[in-house]
Amino acid sequence: MMLLSVEGLTIEAGGRRPILRDVSLAVGRGEIVGLVGESGSGKSTIARSVLRLLPSRARVSGRVLVEGDDVLAMSPEALRRLRASRVSMIYQDPRSSLNPVRRIGDFLTERLVHTLGRPKAEARATAVELLAAVGMRDPESRLRQYPHELSGGMLQRVVIAAALAAGPSLLLADEATSALDVTTQAETLALLRRVQAERELGMLFITHDLHLAAAFCDRVHVLYAGTVVESRPAKELFDSPRHPYTAGLLACTPELGAPRTIRPVPGRPPSLDDAFTGCPFAPRCPHTTERCTTRHPEPVAVAGGSAACHLLEV
Amino acid sequence: MIRKLAGLLATLLATSFVIFGASYAAPGDPVTFLAGGKENLTPEYISAIRAQHHLDDPFLVQYGRWLGDAVTGDLGRSLQYNDQVSDLLAARLPSTLGLVAYTTVLFVVFGVGLGVLAAVRGGRVDAAVVAGTTFATSVPPFVLATALTSLFGVQLGWFPVMGGGSPWHLTLPAVTLATGALAIISRVTRQAMIEQRELDHVTVARASGLAERLIVVRHVLRGALGPIVTMCGLVTAGMLAGTVIVETAFGLNGIGSLLVNAINTHDFPVTQAVLLLMVTAYIAVTTLVELVQPLIDPRARRSG
Ligand SMILES: Nc1ncnc2c1ncn2[C@@H]1O[C@H](COP(=O)(O)OP(=O)(O)O)[C@@H](O)[C@H]1O
Ligand SMILES: [Mg+2]
Repeated sequence: MMLLSVEGLTIEAGGRRPILRDVSLAVGRGEIVGLVGESGSGKSTIARSVLRLLPSRARVSGRVLVEGDDVLAMSPEALRRLRASRVSMIYQDPRSSLNPVRRIGDFLTERLVHTLGRPKAEARATAVELLAAVGMRDPESRLRQYPHELSGGMLQRVVIAAALAAGPSLLLADEATSALDVTTQAETLALLRRVQAERELGMLFITHDLHLAAAFCDRVHVLYAGTVVESRPAKELFDSPRHPYTAGLLACTPELGAPRTIRPVPGRPPSLDDAFTGCPFAPRCPHTTERCTTRHPEPVAVAGGSAACHLLEV
Repeated sequence: MIRKLAGLLATLLATSFVIFGASYAAPGDPVTFLAGGKENLTPEYISAIRAQHHLDDPFLVQYGRWLGDAVTGDLGRSLQYNDQVSDLLAARLPSTLGLVAYTTVLFVVFGVGLGVLAAVRGGRVDAAVVAGTTFATSVPPFVLATALTSLFGVQLGWFPVMGGGSPWHLTLPAVTLATGALAIISRVTRQAMIEQRELDHVTVARASGLAERLIVVRHVLRGALGPIVTMCGLVTAGMLAGTVIVETAFGLNGIGSLLVNAINTHDFPVTQAVLLLMVTAYIAVTTLVELVQPLIDPRARRSG
């Protein structure tokens, strides 16, 4: 059984097209799965739906299974337990993830004490261990500090420590390093990799940086306008991208040390007001044909995975 | 801290000057009242009184003498009662302080409670709270006082109608005063909670499986505390100078009724002392609120 299995997930929230359209992906135990796409493609919506944090008034179909349990159908109590101890999320901006008026210690022990009912002293000891495990010096005194007293990189370590607190089996890292400077980014990635390997966690690693995903993940899903356009093992995707969008993302090789371009493909990422009868990428695709604008492409098998493009259907 | 204290002193000094100046410039010659009626006025008597009360000194000298005395706790002697003003104040103060404290408890509990209710429940509850508190606040205090007295005092006989001395006596006046503050406190609470609720860290707490009740208490309400405390402090501070109507309506012997009486009888030492006391109390409460802020929000400590 897969640790996480998203099956045909479609989420509509009032726009002219759904936020997500028939998304399927899976994460196994100890596996890092990348989810790549431009801003607005629906990456965060996928991660949040694993915790059933859905847009208000959203119409949802499909299933989200964590160790076989359907998150979208479970009781509120089961959902709370899932959020508390089985799935943890790490967010893009650590500074806004922490309550600014509470101490680091409160943030770390809150779910241990208030949702899992551990004794305070034990939770505190766990918090100290966790801070040490994510490489923070002098963890005891960190517990008494406030978020504004720590740097962004340090705060993200705290967030990662909190995510590990209840011993989850699945981590959702939503652009966990995007807001950090380059050195801190590298350190944080190394830390994520280390804790993931030590604890054999499954990880859904979300980024807008395909190069990063290809280097960091086992398998990668490329998301475009709420649909998965290509799903491949990282190496194969990197070596021979099959979808024109993936190819476009990779074609723009970044200079060493220079910040990577966020939107390397010409044209504008589609908004929720852009509805498509055919392939959503057709308006920006260099290989568009008649068929691309009229029929939605279904995923076809390619080496190691699948890609949804009419050009591959022959 | 030192600069803040200096600022406070400067404010107090300025208000004391205004208060003294106002009563100096007020219409009517104090001598008339000091002498206890026009018929007693002989020129010798007038000059005797003027000399006794130093009324012929220049304004600034009079002000300086008054201020010097006030600082050492000597507020002078009431013209009407012939008592030490400080004794009068000491006798009246407990009623007013009790009333304001009781009122504060009431409007904090019910105002914040209703605000939380409106923010958490939303929809119809929200609309009902906003409409209800708006209506309650718009009722003039003397109308409310009359209504409460006739219902709970006269008809049901639950509470005494007049006089002070016990929490029992203070209940109806406190309810009257608190009702006026309900709308603003509940609205500030509701608005601050709605703003806090949208913040990312609240979603993060929810995503970590925290129960909704705990999210409201530990994160949303906690985050909204700053504006709530400030507003409660300001309302309380304002109330210290605004108990007049209610004290009169319920026959309470407080500072407010003392002031009205003093103004009516041109008892200027009492008038000055009461005004000075009210301003000092206002400044003290607002300063306290300011000093509490860093305890509520640790980010405010940096620039301390
Ligand atoms: N709560 C919501 N209600 C309505 N639309 C939303 C909501 N959250 C996200 N969206 C829309 O869904 C699309 C995908 O958003 P998101 O998942 O945040 O993308 P990404 O993380 O890839 O940048 C965006 O167009 C966004 O405007
Ligand atoms: Mg996002």
